[in-house]
Amino acid sequence: MANSTSRRDFLKIAATAGGGLMLGFDWFSAKAEITSVISNAALAAGKTEFNSFLSISTDNIITIFSPNPELGQNIKTSFPMVVAEELEADWSKVNVVQAALDTKKFQRQTTGGSGAVPHSWMILRKAGATAKAMLVEAGAKRFNVPLDECMASNGFVVHSKSGNKLSFGDLAEDASRLTVPKEVKLKDRKDFKLIGTSVKNVENKNIVTGKPLFGLDFYREGMLLAMIQRPEAFGLKLKSVDAAAAKTMPGIVDVVSFKNNVAIVGKSTWQINKARKALKIEYEREGNLESSADHDKIFSELLNGNNTQVRRKEGDVEAAFKNAAKVITSEYQCPFLPHNAMEPMNFFAHVRADGVELVGPTQTPASARSAVSKLLNIPEGKITVEITRLGGGFGRRLMTDYALEAAELSNIIKAPVKVIWTREDDMAGGLYRPAVRYRFEAALDTDGNMVGYKLRGVGMNERNPTRENNFPSGAVDNLLIESAEHRTPITTAPWRAPITNFLGYAEQAFLDEVATAAKKDPVQFRLDLLNRAKTSPAGAVRYDVDRMIGVIKLAAEKSGWGTKKDVSQGFSVYFSHASYVAQVAEVVMKAGKPVVKKIYAAVDCGEVINLSGAKQQVMGGIVDGMGHAMYGNLTFKNGSPEQNNYNKYRLIRMKEIPEVEVFFVNNGISPTGLGEPALPPTGGAIANAIFKATGKRVKAQPFVLEEPFKIKAV
Amino acid sequence: MAIYKLHINGRSYQADVEPDTPLLWVLRDNFGLVGTKYSCGIGACGACTVHVNGQAMRSCTLPVAAVGTQKVITIEGLSANGDHPVQKAWDEVDVAQCGYCQSGQIMTAAAFLKSNPKPTADQIDNAMHGNICRCGAYHRIKEAVKLASTKA
Ligand code: FES
Ligand code: FES
Repeated sequence: MANSTSRRDFLKIAATAGGGLMLGFDWFSAKAEITSVISNAALAAGKTEFNSFLSISTDNIITIFSPNPELGQNIKTSFPMVVAEELEADWSKVNVVQAALDTKKFQRQTTGGSGAVPHSWMILRKAGATAKAMLVEAGAKRFNVPLDECMASNGFVVHSKSGNKLSFGDLAEDASRLTVPKEVKLKDRKDFKLIGTSVKNVENKNIVTGKPLFGLDFYREGMLLAMIQRPEAFGLKLKSVDAAAAKTMPGIVDVVSFKNNVAIVGKSTWQINKARKALKIEYEREGNLESSADHDKIFSELLNGNNTQVRRKEGDVEAAFKNAAKVITSEYQCPFLPHNAMEPMNFFAHVRADGVELVGPTQTPASARSAVSKLLNIPEGKITVEITRLGGGFGRRLMTDYALEAAELSNIIKAPVKVIWTREDDMAGGLYRPAVRYRFEAALDTDGNMVGYKLRGVGMNERNPTRENNFPSGAVDNLLIESAEHRTPITTAPWRAPITNFLGYAEQAFLDEVATAAKKDPVQFRLDLLNRAKTSPAGAVRYDVDRMIGVIKLAAEKSGWGTKKDVSQGFSVYFSHASYVAQVAEVVMKAGKPVVKKIYAAVDCGEVINLSGAKQQVMGGIVDGMGHAMYGNLTFKNGSPEQNNYNKYRLIRMKEIPEVEVFFVNNGISPTGLGEPALPPTGGAIANAIFKATGKRVKAQPFVLEEPFKIKAV
Repeated sequence: MAIYKLHINGRSYQADVEPDTPLLWVLRDNFGLVGTKYSCGIGACGACTVHVNGQAMRSCTLPVAAVGTQKVITIEGLSANGDHPVQKAWDEVDVAQCGYCQSGQIMTAAAFLKSNPKPTADQIDNAMHGNICRCGAYHRIKEAVKLASTKA
């Protein structure tokens, strides 16, 4: 690795990079020694260990390569903001470039788990601060003044006494010849100018003018298009194909089958779509053809059976329930949900004799590459992956199936091809959030204290649908958390805030039931439990009690909890992806039915980097959480999904959204995830407000099929 | 197959396609105008919205044969430099998350504001209700339409 670089060496880079300072730094590791001027020799030899580039060209443009896929979480804006903050750059001169997959350079080139910002916060800051220190040193030398008389400000190094200044671009080459400082001073957060402010999405202009950003927009000269007919039910496999008619249709190049797929290859989307309808395909049974009614039965059997695995156990649960003054038992269930990213799945692949080119919208380019490498038995070094912008991901694009299909097809037809999914393919094509059912039990003593707590979660293709260390674990002396699993042929995958997207609602609605039974205010009830977790924890406490209390109090205060007469309020709080979010939903009755008017959210995600983007993530998460809680419902009949487009599957729309107000805790703690944590509490807050308004509990999603929505107007 | 001459964004285009081909796919596959998006193909989401003689239409269910000599405007032709009041408002309010639905949202909003330059909040809700945003950027879409109505 290159810790220093000769002048000659540097100039070569300067030539390739347009001149200037080029620093390498590792977005993802926590190593202290992270920054270096990149040597051309090291670059050429592929020996550089540094994982990203920050370059300052002599014409004063600052370029930052953003390694992570962008799917609307706004990372392409927020990461560079952190670098620019420490660098004291002029934000208008910052240019962000999406990097292609490069596992030599990047270690965690993934979007998922709300994990990118927490991983990279200090690294980004140090990279910016290091470059700044070198520029200031170069400036002081050029002005021939003591170092401490110079400072960086808005893209310039300024000599404070004389007021002389030089732009970063002017100093970039000089700076590149200096030794990289080992220690750099980071800014005090009170001096932040960019971090914590609202900075617009760097891609706005391209989005509002319809530039080809997305995978579906990707075009390559000579490329073919293809659609794939997959079995219409989970549990079926391909038996025979008669493609004679389809093959003769206009624009069709070929029809080939592999695995359970029949691919129609052609020149235009519409022609392929039409030819597809002319295929005659026979399938045969390979597994069970499950229906939603079967799932209900399976859940009941699992919940009442003995085939469970203990996830956490504290105290003497049996005794606590035997001696309880009151026991509350309740079950919550949700259906399967498709991800429904607005941009349906698609991927481009070109398998050539000398290597493979992959282009498309993926949250995990590295997995796509390794999967293709295994499938085609081609070394990873010969496979390139270019990441387009993603028209939504929600976890679906963590999966590699659609990239693999494209590669396999390209390998068969020996041509560059983009496989495109229709909405019907996308919604009926599997990899869903699996259905799940939870049974909660609580034991109260005569004072209404929760002395026992049991949770049994039964899921599908999910070994553990619980989060056994989340609240209220640690706050209840006697506790038992168990799980059981059914393996279904229906394919499943992570879905935004995996598991907690429904568990958060179920748990928070159940705790509301318990508070009601204990005749306690729901907010106070939670605070009492948290105080217990703090003063006499029952086993390990894996969440920060004070931060949770912080958001609870903030949400209660901002929403005027308990003081409002004209609305019914419901409370919830959830800890996920290292962030804390409390919400208060307000419901009013309209024509005999509950309507959600407003949701307050109090969020502790540590330092907020981009206020505009952060608010957007929280509001979007709440709308997403509410939409799926209210309407989301994918049902099955004989292994086939019964909804396959937006006319049958309801997504939340403009008129249904409540007002949302977001408050961030300003504590300066290192930032934690925000792409997911606002979603899990939403269903619970709404369900609890509905109970306040109607006296009825909603215990299953989608809410619109539950009793409070069936009440007739009086 | 037949030859269709289309007027799009003030230019003429020609495509040799089948008459039932939706305008959406002619725009995307034949002309490379990929700003108009596909998401449902059945007129249920608004991602494919374009202007036909000034009216917002869903190009995924509009056969090319029905377009005739009508003037089509796509997101690429809404303004020369991305400075239509609706586009500017979208940037100012920082609407987009993934951005995939946004050209359809913008085209819907632009046609709506032309017919109703000073809408009420309810009228905005009604006009935009047909456009799905899976990322849930609805609050800002609303705000941006409102803002654009003060600018035009
Ligand atoms: S793609 Fe045309 S309305 Fe959805
Ligand atoms: S911004 Fe992603 S669908 Fe609207």
